[in-house]
Amino acid sequence: MPFKPVILWTDALLFLLVASTIAFWLYVRGRPHLRRPWRNLAQSAQGMAALVFIALFVSIGLLDSVHFRERISGGDAGQQDRFAVQTLSVLDAIVGPLRTQTEKTYSAPLATHLFSKETVELENGERVRTYPRLKFGGAHLADPDADWLADVLRTMVAGLGVAAIGWNLLVLLVASLVARRSERSIGESWNAIWHGREAVPWRAILISAGVIAFLLIPMAVLSTKYHVLGTDKVGQDVFYLTLKSIRTGLLIATLATLVMLPLATVLGIMAGYFRGWVDDVIQYIYTTLNSIPSVLLIAAAVLMLQVYMGTHPEMFDTIEQRQDLRLLFLCLILGVTSWTGLCRLLRGETLKLREQEYVQAAHAFGVPHIAVISRHILPNVMHIILIAVVMDFSGLVLAEAVLSYVGVGVDPTMTSFGNMINAARLEMAREPMVWWSLASAFVFMLMMVLSANLFADAVRDAFDPRISSGFKADA
Amino acid sequence: MTGYLVRRILYAIPILIGVNLITFALFFFVNTPDDMARLALGGKRVTEEAVEKWKRDKGYDKPHFYNAEEAGLSRFTSTIFFTKSASMFVLDFGVADDGRDIAQEVRTRMWPSLAIAAPTFFVGFAFYITFALVLAFFRATYVDVTGVIVCVAAMSISSLFYIIGGQYLISKLWHLVPISGFGDGVGAFKFLALPIAIGIVSSVGANARWYRTIFIEEINKEYVRTARAKGLSESRVLFRHVLHNAMIPILTGVVVIIPGLFLGSLIMESFFSIPGLGSYTIEAINNQDYGIVRAMVFLGSILYIIGLILTDVAYTLVDPRVRLD
Repeated sequence: MPFKPVILWTDALLFLLVASTIAFWLYVRGRPHLRRPWRNLAQSAQGMAALVFIALFVSIGLLDSVHFRERISGGDAGQQDRFAVQTLSVLDAIVGPLRTQTEKTYSAPLATHLFSKETVELENGERVRTYPRLKFGGAHLADPDADWLADVLRTMVAGLGVAAIGWNLLVLLVASLVARRSERSIGESWNAIWHGREAVPWRAILISAGVIAFLLIPMAVLSTKYHVLGTDKVGQDVFYLTLKSIRTGLLIATLATLVMLPLATVLGIMAGYFRGWVDDVIQYIYTTLNSIPSVLLIAAAVLMLQVYMGTHPEMFDTIEQRQDLRLLFLCLILGVTSWTGLCRLLRGETLKLREQEYVQAAHAFGVPHIAVISRHILPNVMHIILIAVVMDFSGLVLAEAVLSYVGVGVDPTMTSFGNMINAARLEMAREPMVWWSLASAFVFMLMMVLSANLFADAVRDAFDPRISSGFKADA
Repeated sequence: MTGYLVRRILYAIPILIGVNLITFALFFFVNTPDDMARLALGGKRVTEEAVEKWKRDKGYDKPHFYNAEEAGLSRFTSTIFFTKSASMFVLDFGVADDGRDIAQEVRTRMWPSLAIAAPTFFVGFAFYITFALVLAFFRATYVDVTGVIVCVAAMSISSLFYIIGGQYLISKLWHLVPISGFGDGVGAFKFLALPIAIGIVSSVGANARWYRTIFIEEINKEYVRTARAKGLSESRVLFRHVLHNAMIPILTGVVVIIPGLFLGSLIMESFFSIPGLGSYTIEAINNQDYGIVRAMVFLGSILYIIGLILTDVAYTLVDPRVRLD
């Protein structure tokens, strides 16, 4: 084989999560009473627009989670295959040049020259201090001063053109799908979509897809010739680093939830259902854990992990494996520190539910506890769990940045928003300022967290009729 | 009231014992003191004597819980648990790696921390409530819609960006206050103004939006309708009736903010180089000084529990129906 697949722990868990999400969706599909709140969600313009952005981030993250090691020699019969030490992902393979085309040090977005002056030896042996040309950014230009602007504009227009074509095709596709379903002409259904008369908010979906297309496609086209977002201290492309950071943020948010969910659900329902000493013990555990400021508990745990990793270097073959285990452990700790809130909510709700007539009736018929919980309690607290999960997502993405700043986040060699901000912060005092890594991390993080927040609001509105964040409450 | 306070303080003891045991397990069972010594001394080529000496200097050369070699009571007192963990109950935190007494250091550093945390908390609280009341007053108008959109956007920005942006704009471009540092007495104000302002602004989104939800829920209740029917003006309804009754759910939520204050000051102090507890903790984490981290975990839990008790006391102030006994 020309490559050897590598399955990191976090990859496996992430794909497990995707598989269970699909399984859950299939389960809900067949049950009309479960499907109703989801239909409400599908009709919320805010929720669907946010979902388009989330889908973009998730697909980048998933592409970046399929890892392999390239073959560097072998392949013939009888010869032993040898594989590169470096683990790559499918995303790395797709964006190829972005990863390999590194400059010497900082360069501004779309620049053709380095950011700092260096002594360069001319052909006649004379030495001058000047801004050297970049090895890759704008290297195709013969005279950067004269051609640069025209070339950038031309490339950008080409990118916008591609985006326009792609977006129009998408619009046509959606319109014809709607037309087929409602047995109208494409023009009529396009009118219905554009004036918001369709049940599914296609207009919002298409507009957010358009925003993505008109932003990302020109950037992608430009990035074949330039460093669109500049380069960092060791000359790595900032656009590439930003794309790689998405996976880290996504993983932290989802895997921490994966740890937190079973703890909170099992303990919360048990405390509320069995009461008595079980309740006392569980309440004691969560009050104790809650009283430790979570950042300190995380700091203490990560410090101890560092000692453990420092004394057991034989456990990790590659640098990616070390990063991966540290990330996994961080998720574990984040999960352990964040289950208490949901646990308390579930305990309260279960206390109420267990007094309901149908639960009492089940008891009277001699239904075993485990069956009562899975049949009557769990389905009725499902909406609380779901709302808590989506609400926690954005907080966890933000927490990663702060923890990495404190020095107890992901591995310092791993690409993440926190590490990007941390590295950029050191350049604040520089004159003129190196602003691009900070700005890119800011914009991408904002996009990710904002869409998660908006989606969470939509989910809450769809599933919890009691609390409404919208403006209907006062009507 | 007194009886209630005594009971609450007694309740706190098992929790603090739990915290103590968790930290003890984390620091002494996940890795043996030998492992820590090797990492601290660097690499694998460390002689056995060096490890022993490091452990003796730190007081880590004792058994965990039970010392069979000693006689009498010192079988229990001459152990790592007793000297390193149990002693924290009398606020004896031992010595840091640089030889200074941690308890002494905490006593001097708590004032700068308090000087940031207290104004951030109280001024911020007043600001969020005012902001949320304004949104609730203009509910379902463009003012409200814009306000909520601003809140959602503001809560999606990482606190690191507020700090970096604030430092850049106000200190570096406009030169209004120094970038970082700390002074004594009144001189401290110019160093504290920016961190406090940033601390307040960075959490305005989440708080104001949440208070607004509480206010709007309250506005839709029957007694508000009665108040309006009696002919009270809208502002009087809002400030006298709604605000008063909304204080109970708001106070419940304030508990959630208290541990967040600690996290906030952690980053804030290290960005603005203020010699408080937060920057002390960050330095300890970077220098891998486990003694200080252990002490801060314990101290943090004590502060949290005090915060919980104070919240309960505050309930009696806003709601005469609540009686603590």
